Amino acid sequence: MRSDADVVIARQRGREIASLLGFSASDLALIATAISELARNIVLYAGSGEIEIGHVEQMERRGIEIVARDQGPGIRNIPQAMRDGFSTSGGLGLGLPGVKRLMDEFEIESRPGRGTTVTVRRWTR
Amino acid sequence: MDVPVLKQGPFLIATIQAALNDADLNKLRRSLVEQVGRHRSRGVIVDVTSLDVLDSFAARTLRDIAHMTGFRGAETVIVGIHPDLAFAMVQLGLTLEGVATALDLEEGLAYLNERTRRLGATRPLPSTRAGAGRPASVAPRPGWPLAVTRPPFVLPREEPRERRRAKPAPEGADPETRRDLP
Ligand SMILES: Nc1ncnc2c1ncn2[C@@H]1O[C@H](COP(=O)(O)OP(=O)(O)O)[C@@H](O)[C@H]1O
Ligand SMILES: [Mg+2]
Repeated sequence: MRSDADVVIARQRGREIASLLGFSASDLALIATAISELARNIVLYAGSGEIEIGHVEQMERRGIEIVARDQGPGIRNIPQAMRDGFSTSGGLGLGLPGVKRLMDEFEIESRPGRGTTVTVRRWTR
Repeated sequence: MDVPVLKQGPFLIATIQAALNDADLNKLRRSLVEQVGRHRSRGVIVDVTSLDVLDSFAARTLRDIAHMTGFRGAETVIVGIHPDLAFAMVQLGLTLEGVATALDLEEGLAYLNERTRRLGATRPLPSTRAGAGRPASVAPRPGWPLAVTRPPFVLPREEPRERRRAKPAPEGADPETRRDLP
């Protein structure tokens, strides 16, 4: 992940993988949207990083896991960054809280000066 | 990737492709704002039917396009938001406040026709530029593959400029003729 174009590639890959895992068309849109937000945050705030997309299984459940990882500046105040409308870039501030709503599971880990990792999962129904 | 922008009488129609990135969207915004002036357009349709994702950046850019062209005297309507995208947008928390939307291209055209009817097809060319460009045609371009079942641009004779109604502000006016997203 280092450019606008990579954001598009990541969300298209995510859609393909989610489709193979049997997600519905409307789930594919949710998943692609979440990837787009996470990927853009990497490019915008960290400059570069990576997105890993894989499948997870847990007690009869199948799902998709997306890990967005960067070694950028990190987030000093996570609760504030998770608030609807909070943005340090004049954005809409809906990326992180929106991704949390789009997915079933959401974890964020960030250390100032070290980087940020966001892990999200969504299960097929 | 450039977004094709078609001039259709007094309107501009921009058709967005699936793989549009942020830089392309910014370019589209600049280009539409400029073309509204160059073609003296009354309305802009942004067709997002083939867009795969409408995330917070795209939503903000579409809103900016609508507001910026509004300041330039043209109304923008977003058409073709796929139901799956609409659902994702709601979950994300997006609103397109103050931005008109319509189901598809045909409804978008009908909406703009309705909104611009009393304004005349085109604005008069300023005297310094009189004769510099052709007045925009009000007939559909031959070969333009758009099935519009009703006469698309039935516009009354132009009134003198000062008698025209001021353009409504992009937000708030005529709530019954605009539809915001659910
Ligand atoms: N990967 C990241 N690295 C550093 N800061 C981030 C990262 N992702 C998000 N942030 C911070 O969290 C804030 C909120 O992010 P987000 O909800 O996506 O909204 P927006 O991107 O519109 O600002 C950002 O403005 C930024 O300050
Ligand atoms: Mg963001």
